[in-house]
Amino acid sequence: MATLAAGKRRPLLRVHNLKTYFFPDEGTVRAVDGASFEVCAGQTLGIVGESGCGKSVTARSILRIVEHPGEIVEGEIRYLHRTDGREVELDLAQISADGPEMRQIRGGEIAMIFQEPMTSFSPVHPIGSQIVEAIRLHSPLGKREARERAADLLRQVGISRAEARLDEYAYQLSGGLRQRAMIAMALSAEPRVLIADEPTTALDVTTQAQILDLLRQLQTDLGMAIILITHNLGVVAEMCDTVVVMYLGRVVEEGSVDAIFHNPKHPYTRLLLQSIPSLYSEARVPLPTISGAIPHPYNRPEGCPFHDRCPQFMPGTCDRHVPELQALDERESDQLVSCFLYHEPTDERA
Amino acid sequence: MAGWLIRRTLFAFATLWAISMLSFVVIQIPPGDYVTSYIAQLQSQGTIFTDVEAQALRDLYGLDQPVILQYFRWLGLMAQGNFGVSFEFNRPVLDVIGDRFLLTIVVSVAALLLTWIVALPIGIYSAVKQYSIGDYAFTFIGFIGLAIPGFLLALVLMYFGFVLFDANVGGLFSPEYAQADWSWHKFWDLMQHMPIPALALGLAGTAFLIRIMRANLLDELRKPYLVTARAKGLTNNRAVLKYPVRVALNPFVSIVPFVLRDIVGGSVIVSIVLSLPTLGPILLKSLIAQDSFLAGTIILLLGVITVVGTLISDILLVILDPRIKFEARGG
Repeated sequence: MATLAAGKRRPLLRVHNLKTYFFPDEGTVRAVDGASFEVCAGQTLGIVGESGCGKSVTARSILRIVEHPGEIVEGEIRYLHRTDGREVELDLAQISADGPEMRQIRGGEIAMIFQEPMTSFSPVHPIGSQIVEAIRLHSPLGKREARERAADLLRQVGISRAEARLDEYAYQLSGGLRQRAMIAMALSAEPRVLIADEPTTALDVTTQAQILDLLRQLQTDLGMAIILITHNLGVVAEMCDTVVVMYLGRVVEEGSVDAIFHNPKHPYTRLLLQSIPSLYSEARVPLPTISGAIPHPYNRPEGCPFHDRCPQFMPGTCDRHVPELQALDERESDQLVSCFLYHEPTDERA
Repeated sequence: MAGWLIRRTLFAFATLWAISMLSFVVIQIPPGDYVTSYIAQLQSQGTIFTDVEAQALRDLYGLDQPVILQYFRWLGLMAQGNFGVSFEFNRPVLDVIGDRFLLTIVVSVAALLLTWIVALPIGIYSAVKQYSIGDYAFTFIGFIGLAIPGFLLALVLMYFGFVLFDANVGGLFSPEYAQADWSWHKFWDLMQHMPIPALALGLAGTAFLIRIMRANLLDELRKPYLVTARAKGLTNNRAVLKYPVRVALNPFVSIVPFVLRDIVGGSVIVSIVLSLPTLGPILLKSLIAQDSFLAGTIILLLGVITVVGTLISDILLVILDPRIKFEARGG
């Protein structure tokens, strides 16, 4: 199995028990509440979940660009930082968010592309100047060389008339071209990890497929690790090697893409998969949905955060104890699940 | 761009023409004319004035002709660079205005620059550090600044300028330079007199611009492109200054004509209080005396300042924001 082989390698990025909380005046929002996962070079990790489950905040935590009043309160973000030809393991959660090391990594070694390419570019600066800026932040190139490199990057992501496009503004490009330009900008420093936060959500289906193809091809060419954040399970099935399923800031299940799609264990993962429309489903029968809604952030349920929507809710256990993410059984270590259907409660909280 | 500029300039001239017509007509509306108020003034001093003499004066200045004819005669004269004669001062209008036009521009621009220089950093600070003590302090000072009339502030500033700094307050020049020819010394003297008028004229606009800048920037700080800029590896401060501030400048520039209009229009009372040799005081005088050529010319010049200011800000906007289409703003 691909993931097992990959698991032997030293992961580029390991997130362990990451907790990012927001502290607005009204109370505490536990946006990410103990997320753990890892990703290796050349691999694609999918993070899936409903809106508001903490996917984007996880990504921003890794890059240390969580906005005020958000804060990483606990956990580790271990990253293999390449410096002077050596690899040094750094805990990104511990270093200064605006310090030189983090700024070297941010955009240089870990780059990010965003959901909305229209608003993710400045409306009043040409595309080229924004890409050139990214290039020059992480390399000693002069203005003219950086501009040539920017044109090369645009060609690399399949944009024609690259030289002319450099002087155009975001509003002059189509949605697909904008996302390609965004990818070009993220690639400007040849990052080792690319975080793609809903990269295809704002695009039409044909363009989506093109962008996904592009990402896959770039990964083959450059050997990057990709963290793909999405709520689209179809995209995950197509792109990812491993999948992390998040619910209310916690990882509920993690495993290879095969395991997650063909042998899901957590009730939430199962429900998610059942709610995908299929060519083979019966006509005019309503799609199964997950009952209830995501709880209000100030009003998280006690115990397992999913228990009040869970069809296999066990009173007295799920609403009193918090499940931990654990291997399904001793031998199969690549599928992890956080559910009392598979584990006995270990914590003492009641 | 060139076509847009030409069109925009033509519109500016059309606006000026409308202003000239309105200003000339408006100063004709009160009953009587310059001769009436002249006679009233002379009679109050005990001089007897006969109807024949009055008629002779009216014939001399063409005051009996229809307003339309007088207006076109004025336009024709202006086209030749002759702005008519001031009855009140009994001198050509251009002589009366003299340096005052230039000084009005200098004072207005100084007030505007002060407004910009003060409002920009404070506005940025207030937005970036929203709800901080500094933000509240500047908000408080800003509202006071909005509420205090300029002439009152002028009086207070003059008092403190005199008491604390023993400054030569009032006017724009020290006595020895008032009638002197232009020189570097005179210019330096002018600059030394500039702070009080610039503050008095610019305070309300500054407070207003701080609020505008703060609100604009707060909007822009929530835009995803700031996250993109930070994700590239820019420090937060540089990212904020380079992107959101740049975008927020746009409305900041577009309201400059309104601030300029307030500075120019509001300068009359402040100028009288500070006895500035600008257009304001003689405008008031000429309006009271129904000195139609002088008043018309001054109102026209104030119109020129405002219209040209608007034109400049429009051009700046097009340069600042590539999304603004020339065509859409032509009208």
